[in-house]
Amino acid sequence: MELFLHQVLAGLATGGIYACMALAVVMIYQAIDHLNFAQGEMAMFSTFIAWQLIQWGFPYWLAFGATIVISFAAGVLIERVVLRPIHDAPILSHVVAFIALLSILNSAAGFLWDWTIKSFASPFGSGQFLGQNLINKHDAGMIAVTILLLLLLYLFFRHTRIGLAMRAAAANPESARLAGIRVGWMTALGWGMAAAIGSVAGMLIAPVVFLEPNMMLSILLYGFAGAVVGGLTSPGGAVIGGFMMGVIENLAGTYIPVVGREMKLSIALIIIVAILTVKPSGLFGRPVVTRV
Amino acid sequence: MSKLLEAQSLCAYYGPTQVLFGLALDVNDGGITTLLGANGAGKTTTLRSLSGMCRTSGDIRFEGKAINGRATEDIVRLGIAHVPQGRGTFSRQTVEENLEIGAMTRRDRKVIAADVERVYGYFPRLKERRRQQAGTLSGGEQQMLAVGRAMMLRPRLMLLDEPSFGLAPLIVEELFGILRTLNRSEKVSMLLVEQNAALALDLADHAYLIETGRLVMEGPAQQLRDNENIRRAYLGY
Amino acid sequence: MLVTPTELRSAEARQPPAPTIGGVAMPVWRLIMLAAGLVVVVAIPFALKNFFIFQITLAIIYAIAILGLNLLTGFNGQFSLGHSAFYAIGAYTAAIMMENLGIGYVWTIPVAAIVCFVFGFLFGLPALRLEGIYLALATFALAIAIPQVLKSSVLEHWTGGVQGIVIIKPDAPFGLPLSSDQWLYLFTVAVAIVMYVCATNLVKSRTGRALIAIRDHPVAASAMGINVSLYKSLTFGVSALYTGVAGALGAIAIGFVAPDSFTFVLAVALFVGLVVGGVASIPGTLVGGLFVLFVPNIAESVSKGLAGAVYGVILLLVIYLMPTGAAGLVRWMTAQFIRLGRARRS
Repeated sequence: MELFLHQVLAGLATGGIYACMALAVVMIYQAIDHLNFAQGEMAMFSTFIAWQLIQWGFPYWLAFGATIVISFAAGVLIERVVLRPIHDAPILSHVVAFIALLSILNSAAGFLWDWTIKSFASPFGSGQFLGQNLINKHDAGMIAVTILLLLLLYLFFRHTRIGLAMRAAAANPESARLAGIRVGWMTALGWGMAAAIGSVAGMLIAPVVFLEPNMMLSILLYGFAGAVVGGLTSPGGAVIGGFMMGVIENLAGTYIPVVGREMKLSIALIIIVAILTVKPSGLFGRPVVTRV
Repeated sequence: MSKLLEAQSLCAYYGPTQVLFGLALDVNDGGITTLLGANGAGKTTTLRSLSGMCRTSGDIRFEGKAINGRATEDIVRLGIAHVPQGRGTFSRQTVEENLEIGAMTRRDRKVIAADVERVYGYFPRLKERRRQQAGTLSGGEQQMLAVGRAMMLRPRLMLLDEPSFGLAPLIVEELFGILRTLNRSEKVSMLLVEQNAALALDLADHAYLIETGRLVMEGPAQQLRDNENIRRAYLGY
Repeated sequence: MLVTPTELRSAEARQPPAPTIGGVAMPVWRLIMLAAGLVVVVAIPFALKNFFIFQITLAIIYAIAILGLNLLTGFNGQFSLGHSAFYAIGAYTAAIMMENLGIGYVWTIPVAAIVCFVFGFLFGLPALRLEGIYLALATFALAIAIPQVLKSSVLEHWTGGVQGIVIIKPDAPFGLPLSSDQWLYLFTVAVAIVMYVCATNLVKSRTGRALIAIRDHPVAASAMGINVSLYKSLTFGVSALYTGVAGALGAIAIGFVAPDSFTFVLAVALFVGLVVGGVASIPGTLVGGLFVLFVPNIAESVSKGLAGAVYGVILLLVIYLMPTGAAGLVRWMTAQFIRLGRARRS
């Protein structure tokens, strides 16, 4: 029993990472109605920028803030420069564009900062949270920041006009234009926000998994999976989904004998697919009802 | 009566295909003009051209200012509200959010809130469903919501694309009654595209008839309505 | 006063003349292109060195794999990012048959086809409930899972675990004076021709139209009496069949299979090849195959350190300049030539 509890807690700790990533994923989904496959690489690149600033002598929180601002600007720029030309292209072309971005960012990061593993400081310090042997300080801090972000996003989308405008622009761009909403800029804003959130996720994740260009790949997948399981229309669900992924991954690794370390990812994903076949719009997602 | 909207030599294109061939169209200030024609005649395209939603050439003037070539968002901000074919409902948002979206270009919060109540005054059924997901509303309710959303803009001109489409006759009557009231008391001018000629000619004061991208007739609605030959040949009744 | 415009012209029903380029009608052009293509295809093994023949063989194999993906995603609208899984299953089927069971390479093709069809159909069943991005994720999960399964200790006896299986490349039969590469090229071309002809017939048939109807408007399709579930699962099966056959051919041509050859990177590459060639275009898959084979190498030769970045930039350029893929570009150019011809004549 104790092993079970321990694994669950460990799962929640790693789940915090996935939850943060899942939030960024859902954020951009709300803004652009697609999943952005390059999200992980954008987060990774932002984290490298933060690392570089710290190397140049910036204090941690200043680097943190600066990175968020830079990432926001970069996100807006990417949307306006790279994605605007293919605005009207079919969705499959958009996916290829994301793949291209992924490739460029991954390669550029390796080129600029090389492929060796670097360590990245945690702002929360090391050691156990509240002295108890349940969860360490960084994991606790990470969970707290994720929940704070979630709250801010909820308030933004549900209770501000610009949040509503963004949702409208993503849901029905043509009608949004007819309401005078500048859809192009709303999309760009969504990208900026997603990049900013992604950078926070990256900076929180790096202390745990160490900073290197390929760090985000499996995390992004877990993030997607968590977002999808939770329901792409529900940021809260995505966060819960992320935590679930961490727990499932850990329990599967511990209790299913065939599963070695390599198979953990596969098992987790298979469980996602199973959940989706039962509940296609995710556990907390609202099925979109449209009249034919 | 001065002209609120004037279009001259209006041509429209979908890609390389030309679909409108030199239209000349006016809407009087405070009036209701209707554009009639069969399926595929180019009625929807005409409205889309006026809203800057397809490639056009020619001259379009709203309140004397040229709007040809401008982006849809800018045209809307000049005071033209377009109620599109199929209603353009924001299905995943609530009824109330749909109305708030309609007022997105305005800044006066308190007046917007008052306007929402005014729309509910015209359409009480929407008030009952204010927190419901708009996609679950019936066709008639979504049409009312679309008109309500357009009203939130406080437009000078409303473009309506087949508002009677797919609606039960009683609902249509109700809706057209509200349009008439909007025109008289709120001074909203309208350009109404309709397939249901009888209904449109009853509401409008001026009418155009379009056939395969060209205007074939225009005149006061009364005369089109009273001319039996025209009615039989072009309007089917 | 009623006014009727004076230049009222009723729409004349004018039949436009049949489209031609340079005076030659389109169907004749198609035959000319096909004949030219066949000449090139037959000449290759005798005009090029062995290594290049090997590369072209691989390009054709990727083209067949992309054709499989195209049937599912391009024509039937089911989004798959996991076709590396079926490629792997086909490859391993061939390898196991040849090395562990000692069966000749020719038989591996139909067996791989059947095995992959079954796998594809079975995967297609739960996939019925998934749409768009959810299906993409599920197929991506499959792509990630398969190399792990192939590496696992449970199946190591058959799959050779992490090291994989080495296959002896077959020689030309009947003592023909052809190198192994030349013979495998011709074998691959023969298989490819059969598969392409079948695919073209499928797409043009009633079944093909049903698939396209399901892609464009599933509700209307089902209202017309099409058994959407059955067709979607069958399409998954056929799509897996095609990609599996490509996998088997690939295993034979390369002479080696290992789990890390079949990761999601391959799945992504096939997907990119599909879009670059042109979604729902059968000839486009050949361009896709060439792209998948050659462009990563080109990127690396431009800059070793930034190979990925160069590849990404090339991808973006392709998407900007040819948003509907190579097939779309050809269609556009053809339309321009036809229009030029018409303008010059009138």
